[in-house]
Amino acid sequence: MTTVAEPRRETREASPVLAFLGRRILGAIAALFVASLLIFAGTAILPGDAASVVLGRGATPQAVKELDQRLNLDRPLVEQYTTWLGGLVHGDLGDSSVGLAQGAKEAPIWDIISSPVKNSVILALVTALLMIPLSLGLGALAAVFAGRTVDHAISIGSLAAIALPEFVIGSLLIGVFFVWLDVLPPVALIPPGDNPLSDPTKLVLPVATLLLASLAAGIRMVRAGMVEVLQTEYVQTARLNGLAERWVLWRYAMRNALAPSVQVLAQNLQWLIGGIIITENVFAYPGIGSTLVTAVGNRDTTLVQSVAMLIAVVYIMVNLVADLIVMLLVPKLREPA
Amino acid sequence: MRSAFRFLRIRSGAIGLAVVVLVVAVAFLGRYIAPHDPSAPVGTPLAGPSSAAHLGTDFLGRDVLSRLLYGGRSVIGLAAAATALGYVVGLAIGLIAGYTRSKLDPLLMRTVDVMLAFPPLLFLLVLITGAGTGVGVLVVGVAAIQAPGISRIVRTATLEVSVRGYVEAAIARGERAGAVVVREVLPNILAPVLVDAGLRFTYSILIIASVNYLGLGLQPPSSDWALMISENREYISLNIWAVLAPAAMIALLTIGVNLMGDAIARSLGRSYVPRTARSVVA
Repeated sequence: MTTVAEPRRETREASPVLAFLGRRILGAIAALFVASLLIFAGTAILPGDAASVVLGRGATPQAVKELDQRLNLDRPLVEQYTTWLGGLVHGDLGDSSVGLAQGAKEAPIWDIISSPVKNSVILALVTALLMIPLSLGLGALAAVFAGRTVDHAISIGSLAAIALPEFVIGSLLIGVFFVWLDVLPPVALIPPGDNPLSDPTKLVLPVATLLLASLAAGIRMVRAGMVEVLQTEYVQTARLNGLAERWVLWRYAMRNALAPSVQVLAQNLQWLIGGIIITENVFAYPGIGSTLVTAVGNRDTTLVQSVAMLIAVVYIMVNLVADLIVMLLVPKLREPA
Repeated sequence: MRSAFRFLRIRSGAIGLAVVVLVVAVAFLGRYIAPHDPSAPVGTPLAGPSSAAHLGTDFLGRDVLSRLLYGGRSVIGLAAAATALGYVVGLAIGLIAGYTRSKLDPLLMRTVDVMLAFPPLLFLLVLITGAGTGVGVLVVGVAAIQAPGISRIVRTATLEVSVRGYVEAAIARGERAGAVVVREVLPNILAPVLVDAGLRFTYSILIIASVNYLGLGLQPPSSDWALMISENREYISLNIWAVLAPAAMIALLTIGVNLMGDAIARSLGRSYVPRTARSVVA
């Protein structure tokens, strides 16, 4: 930690960017540490011990004791925590407690989640790649036609979509595109080892659900930014100079509406992580969200701990990277050192 | 107080209120007009709408309409309880942090910052892994998700109010800190603090319904809109109403609350950022 703090102090005067960077990285490390504490405490406050919950009521004391030893549950809590965290830092996610309870010699969590992680990353990437141009495009469209029908339609549509939970959006989409029109499959079961992209029709509804749930915020932010920029004097001047409207929009307005949008897009990516957990379940998509929910249902404490920590790492990193990008784009936002 | 109702002059706000009142009425009074027992089979499973069951039957042959009329109270009640509990905790933390301005303040606020950096649904899932499924876990968990954001808003409002003349006068009169906070500070921060209560309520509904949908909240055979959707989701092509009807009720409720929130924010001259519906915690 001191190695991160050192350059901050030395360069505070010289480089506010580095100071900001140092502060943000320290903040992220603190957040990760607290996240690990929360996750560990959350799964450890269990009344009774994890082993007997996993094994069920009929378990013999002998079996419970063996599983306790195997999962380190017979050690003090602090030692359990440091062992777990130490393993994570070295890339060892541990063994699934349900897997061990079922008699397996070892049940490495990474083997269980590696394929779901890949599937989820693909789902998230496809959604993110569509989300960025769509929110910029629709937001700009609403801004250009501000106050007119197109704007109202986009505003009302986005307000309605944002109000709905992902599972309602998904169910409505299934109702329309599977039951009514019968053009898209209602589930996105991907056989193990297959690439989800090999059958894109399966991805359409999950991606559409995630887009509908997350686009609205981006659209409204881009619209608000554009409306403001379009009223500024330099845009008026550009218009009076006879520049083509398209050029004015692209070169003058879009550029300045972009910075706040980066922040919103980052927040959208963070949502995507939460939204994916539910959306995968709606469509039975074999991703990390489905794996996590199954593990919660099975009370597979070790699997939940490690997967939750992985998700928290991604969540906090997305936030960190977005802050850095915004800071580089808009010097104005750099906090006074 | 009259200003609180100014949002009704905005058309979408009035529509939102009407929709919310209607859905809440169905959720709390519907059970008295339900034609059947919500947990008893009345016909063949997954039959389409008929004169005996106007929305057909679900996967166990229970009347969808009756379950719909019974199934709203749980999600609205739990969301209200969780939001209220979140406000109790958030008010206490925010008032202490804002009023005392002691060493506690930065510590509390950094803790809040870090809590806000943690995905809320994930927090709830971890809690359920540890404590098991149950109504209590759901309410406490969602309140814990809401409390940090609330306490931050309370703290800001308290900081502003606690330097006003009437607070200083009360302190000068020799009133105890507790009395000053309850009698002078609290009444004056309540209005700004409660402005986003509707959005927090929507958020509670969204997250509780989502957890119920995942099968990790209320357990069968409870009648609950979200649970109804997940139970009948597999059989959507047989009786689509078993899924669409509860989905429509949740949709009406959350859209109605959001329309109200939008109108309230506009009537107060603030810009309404709908993303708070999902990320009020931030």
